[in-house]
Amino acid sequence: MSDSVIANFDVNGRSREVLVKPYHTLLEILREDLGLTGTKHGCELGECGACTVLVDGLPQLSCLLLPHQVEGKEITTIEGLAEGDELHPLQEAFVEAGAVQCGYCTPSMLLTAKALLEGDPSPSRQEIAEALSGNLCRCTGYEAITRAVELAATRMDT
Amino acid sequence: MRVVGKPLAKVDARAKVTGSTLYADDLIFSDTLFCKLLRSPHPYARIKHMDLNAAKAVEGVVAVITGNDLPVKYGILPISQDEHALESEKVRYVGDPVAAVAAFDEETAALAAEKIRVEYEVLDPVTSIEEALSEPTDEPIHDYGGPANIHKMAALSFGDLEAGFAEADHIREDVFFYGGNTHLPMEQHSAIATYVNGKLTLWSSTQTPHYVHRTISKVLDLPMQAIRVVATPHGGGFGGKTDPFSHELAVCKLAMVTGKPVKCTLTREEVFYAHRGRHPVLMWVRTGMKSNGRITAMHFKTALDGGAYGSYGVATMFYTGALQTTTYDIPAYRFEGARVFTNKAPCGPKRGHGTPQPRFALELHLDKMAEDLGLDPVEVRRRNYVSPNTTTVNWLRITSCGLEEITDQVLQASSYVNRQRAVGHGMGFAVASYLCGAGLPIYWNKLPHSECLIKLDRGGVTVYCGATDIGQGSDTVIATLVAEELGLWPSDIRLVTGDTGFAPVDLGSYSSRVTFMAGNAALDAARKLRNLLAEVAAESMGCLPGEIVTGDGKFGTLSFEETTQLAQERFGAISTVGSYRPPDLAGPYKGSGVGPSPAYSYSAAVVDIDVDPETGIIKVNKVWLAHDIGRSINPVSVRGQVEGGVYMGLGEALMEEQAYRKAMPKQPSMLDYKSLTSVDMPEVETILVETDDPEGPYGAKEVGQGPLLPVVPAVVSAVHDALGVWIDQVPVTPDKIMKALDAKAKGQAPRFGPKSFPDIAYPQYVKVDTPHVATQAI
Ligand code: FES
Ligand code: FES
Repeated sequence: MSDSVIANFDVNGRSREVLVKPYHTLLEILREDLGLTGTKHGCELGECGACTVLVDGLPQLSCLLLPHQVEGKEITTIEGLAEGDELHPLQEAFVEAGAVQCGYCTPSMLLTAKALLEGDPSPSRQEIAEALSGNLCRCTGYEAITRAVELAATRMDT
Repeated sequence: MRVVGKPLAKVDARAKVTGSTLYADDLIFSDTLFCKLLRSPHPYARIKHMDLNAAKAVEGVVAVITGNDLPVKYGILPISQDEHALESEKVRYVGDPVAAVAAFDEETAALAAEKIRVEYEVLDPVTSIEEALSEPTDEPIHDYGGPANIHKMAALSFGDLEAGFAEADHIREDVFFYGGNTHLPMEQHSAIATYVNGKLTLWSSTQTPHYVHRTISKVLDLPMQAIRVVATPHGGGFGGKTDPFSHELAVCKLAMVTGKPVKCTLTREEVFYAHRGRHPVLMWVRTGMKSNGRITAMHFKTALDGGAYGSYGVATMFYTGALQTTTYDIPAYRFEGARVFTNKAPCGPKRGHGTPQPRFALELHLDKMAEDLGLDPVEVRRRNYVSPNTTTVNWLRITSCGLEEITDQVLQASSYVNRQRAVGHGMGFAVASYLCGAGLPIYWNKLPHSECLIKLDRGGVTVYCGATDIGQGSDTVIATLVAEELGLWPSDIRLVTGDTGFAPVDLGSYSSRVTFMAGNAALDAARKLRNLLAEVAAESMGCLPGEIVTGDGKFGTLSFEETTQLAQERFGAISTVGSYRPPDLAGPYKGSGVGPSPAYSYSAAVVDIDVDPETGIIKVNKVWLAHDIGRSINPVSVRGQVEGGVYMGLGEALMEEQAYRKAMPKQPSMLDYKSLTSVDMPEVETILVETDDPEGPYGAKEVGQGPLLPVVPAVVSAVHDALGVWIDQVPVTPDKIMKALDAKAKGQAPRFGPKSFPDIAYPQYVKVDTPHVATQAI
């Protein structure tokens, strides 16, 4: 492991110190070294958005991030969205609105939507669509996902 | 009903929103090895020699296997056993696997695979339908089928075609081409196998664990009972994970060779090679019509580009001719079909399996005939609609049929009839129909298509069924049906599905069969259990079993737990079983196995678009989709299927295409293979019509595939409405529109599309007696 490096960052509020290959991506580190398999992948080339996580609150493609780029940062994965058994309002809304079919894009959609609502608590449909446009979904036609984000926004706003 | 028809949460949604669902690539076992396949870089070549030494010498490599280790041929259809897990003599498309490496990690496996030396003798690839029909320069791609590179042909004739054409006031011929496209599931295929105590277990992202199980048994020569296949929670299939795949067989073999768990996850590029997507189909149709719009005869010819292997292709070919008759009452009908082999990734079933292509052709062809005769295209369709409880000219039994209702409702919601007419704005209308499960199994036998077992233990209900939830919500459907019968909530039910080791057989998630077939099997088992429980509850309450009302966790006045306690005191261990086999529906002719279904769903679409005459760019404003669902088991899930189907139909109509340049894949990446994003997706208005099918579970029919079908022709019809040009080829990219506008400006035929249909030496048609009495006057 002579070419390995030590990476330090925070994942879902827990500080982690991991021995990693400097050329491994954050996606690989999360899934393979830390066992956080909730983060998905559909291409590992930055094309599909499935691997989205939040880095210091902003959506980023974990398949394109190397360890040195996230050194000292705060990372949120889907495993960190609910508070214990209490679902985040976005998660509730996704369940209710039927925004989850196969569920493979769901973690990335939820995290992207979370960042959106933190910046703009009541986005229009068009703004929601634009925020999610880097995240592909093959099942839902995006309709139910947009509805779910709207529903969550309404609930979180009140 | 308490739970059927209610907008309840899917039973697996919570795990999916928290990231705790374990998909195939999320599984890892102690000491797992990682597998990489080596794939052919050539579309067509003979393998002269392979040298594995350099690969084996890489540190961390545990095993390398080739076709010599997996010599047994297989294929999903009994008549197309033409694949090897790893080819050892010949490669037939770019991406055809030739070797597999197992190593301590994925990088080492990939590195070692690259070190395998393969000496190829490159052959002249067959790249198109036309080339496949003519004498090949090199040997044919396969040693069966023929002449040339033809895989399979069929010709069937129902009723008196000549008389039908003689009766017509107007006859028209058209040629269409439907480009091939791929499923693009978000999840790359992945599989992991273990071999422990002489038993092989495979966890795989498959839609058809039962058929994978059968294939493993054949290829690895293992008894059926030594195998367990688990379909893991699925990241999207759409038909792309219904074949047994090389990587599945390779990890099984490598697990047996190494004694360790072995896992293989395809890269996105490999997913494009695995393909089994929509066949490109060239079509010719000739129809005779009375001046009032009534069809008198139809002759339909198809030629399918099958790619390198058989896959489901023979069925696909028959499907290109089967369902024209389930929407329109065609008194005389002839179908001729041919599937050819080419050196491209193998085609197979994609959402709608072989029916979106002819549906596209048929609907546009009817639009054109209506235009010729100066009739309203909607009225022409209505004049020919099939009626409920009839049999089509090709022996398909129609039961519930909501064509009239969905047409009324979609037209009303969209104001199609009074639409705004302006250059550059258009609306299109089309209808379609789909199966609720193939009426015949892949292996013809009299066994059930779906089986279900319910175990009751101290108040806990566990349902075991082979059905595979691929995101469409089949687990929720099964839990809902059982919960309805037992007075519980769907979330109370524990499910063991998609597991051939624990659950009884269900044939898989294909042909939109699960709600209808697994649903009926689950209902059968649940009703037997309900009867047992009602009997003991009635005895305790001093009433008749028929008087017991269930709901909210109660059997009459007893709680569900009390009732199960009484039942177990009386009967001991309790489980019930149920099964479903469709009625015998095949007509009296060869080829009649494709098309029959215990019921058909119906969909009608109106699409509203703006298209820029300067650029040819289309903007879809809105889609209205009315669907005859029979009955919604879960309306939220049904709506999701409609929206997802509309989305995929729009993608096929506007941009999706698996394209090749001289048999080299043009765009094996998600960036280059264009699909709709959230900003491209228009509003969809879903209208559900319930016709209460007499044989569906609680009257339910399918929704997974049907709603895609009318969307594609409706888009093209809208383009014609907007600009007066016909685009007889999908995807309708802007360049095609510009070329058609160009042709129109030059006074040529205002269209873009194939000029002609090749002369194919179809076999002499089989003349089939028709069961048919025309349901509508001619
Ligand atoms: S895995 Fe597709 S963008 Fe990262
Ligand atoms: S729900 Fe399947 S990809 Fe989005």
